Amino acid sequence: MKTSEARQVRVMEGNMATAFGVLLSKPDVISCFPITPQTSLGEALSRFVADGLLDAEIIEPEGENSALSILIGASVAGGRTFTSTSSQGLSFMYDAYLFTAGNRLPIVMVIAMREMPAPHGVIAGQQDAILVKDAGWIQFYAESCQEILDSTIMAYRLAEDPEILLPVNICYEGFYLSYQSQRVEIPTQDEVDRFLAPIENSERLRLCLENPMSFSSYTFPGELYTEYRYKHCQALQRAKEKCEQIDREFEDIFGYGYGGQIEEYRSEDADVVIVTMGSCTGTARGVVDRKRDEGLKVGLIKIRMFRPFPSERLIAALKGKQAIGVIDRNVLYASSCGHGFLELKSLLHELEPPTPLLIDFIAGLGGTDITPQHLERVIDTTYSALDGQTVKPVTWLSLE
Amino acid sequence: MRFRSEYEGPWASCSRRIDVKTGEWRFQRPVTKVGKCRECGWCYIYCPSGCRKVEEGHFSADLDYCKGCGVCARFCPARAIMMVREED
Repeated sequence: MKTSEARQVRVMEGNMATAFGVLLSKPDVISCFPITPQTSLGEALSRFVADGLLDAEIIEPEGENSALSILIGASVAGGRTFTSTSSQGLSFMYDAYLFTAGNRLPIVMVIAMREMPAPHGVIAGQQDAILVKDAGWIQFYAESCQEILDSTIMAYRLAEDPEILLPVNICYEGFYLSYQSQRVEIPTQDEVDRFLAPIENSERLRLCLENPMSFSSYTFPGELYTEYRYKHCQALQRAKEKCEQIDREFEDIFGYGYGGQIEEYRSEDADVVIVTMGSCTGTARGVVDRKRDEGLKVGLIKIRMFRPFPSERLIAALKGKQAIGVIDRNVLYASSCGHGFLELKSLLHELEPPTPLLIDFIAGLGGTDITPQHLERVIDTTYSALDGQTVKPVTWLSLE
Repeated sequence: MRFRSEYEGPWASCSRRIDVKTGEWRFQRPVTKVGKCRECGWCYIYCPSGCRKVEEGHFSADLDYCKGCGVCARFCPARAIMMVREED
């Protein structure tokens, strides 16, 4: 099944990788409003259309709220759609964002993640995407430019699946991935066509004259509202298994996969694991390798799908571990920790005793680097907690 | 689980359409003076309910749906439309 010899290999930034993923997925309507660090993506897509490579309609909106609202209309009419945003752009489209999810529209949007002001800073972070984690969308967090491209194609499969019908975010750190150039293999159109069927084949509901439907109908009495909420929650839960299935199909066609909801790296026989999400995972792999060479039984778990949260996979992967170090590039104001930490903490009681130690590390806020030295400290600190030393539950790496 | 809707999301079929005759809300109706109408079509363009009808030599209202708002009479350049109270 492999046709890797026909694939082009190029050096490109994350935004360009997204653009190629979108190009290969053949959307009907694209509407992006420029915002750093996502702007070059919209430019690339406009060029694809101008050059005749992509047969899509590009609608230039006057703001992000309109960008997503335009796609709502296009998606309701049955089209395959794409948009992208970042930081304040995401907050400006907030009501359209909720409207998309509640109406179960399979829109794909990338978020080139950036810190939210204040304090001000056009800098990398995960806070913008993390803030909307409970708005009913599916959220993936990517590690590399290649993963961004591949996840974009997979996102359409998942979003448009008749059992799912939900919008999907591909989130990647702005600057670190949006503007960083990496080696990327571009799948062939033939491979993608075998993986992702044209939208015309979809039998999902749409507005048309042949079968008149009303859309986003008023739900009175409230039982009907409750019913749609319940169905939405159930669809999100189904998305977990569907993600695994789609990843396996992807591997069959393209020759490699991403492990589904999470990726386990050298963690099977590990005593200690670190949990990452996003671009620092690449650095973390190298640090884990080095620590393994030193004889430590340490492994890595990368969270790809953050919404729905991959509880079952994580419970299985964390079974028998003695200590877990979580790296969070975001903050949860409620408890002065990171969001990943709280999610994992909620799983601890599901693990058989003895319950592993769980320690949080806040790192990389405000566009700062998460360095190999930081990740070594994460592993060393987690081991020292295991050795009985007193370790704070949350460590802010660049402040301590 | 007991569900009321057969659909995953808030969609509904339009096959069981309820026809609401909005003309029943009206307390005044537009009456066209046939000889004065110049067939310019302004009433047709301005009517918010889209219920102006083209007739031989003039425009008139579809009284099943006309709510009697009076926009047509207000904007008619020929002053050919009069609003008449329903009880009169």
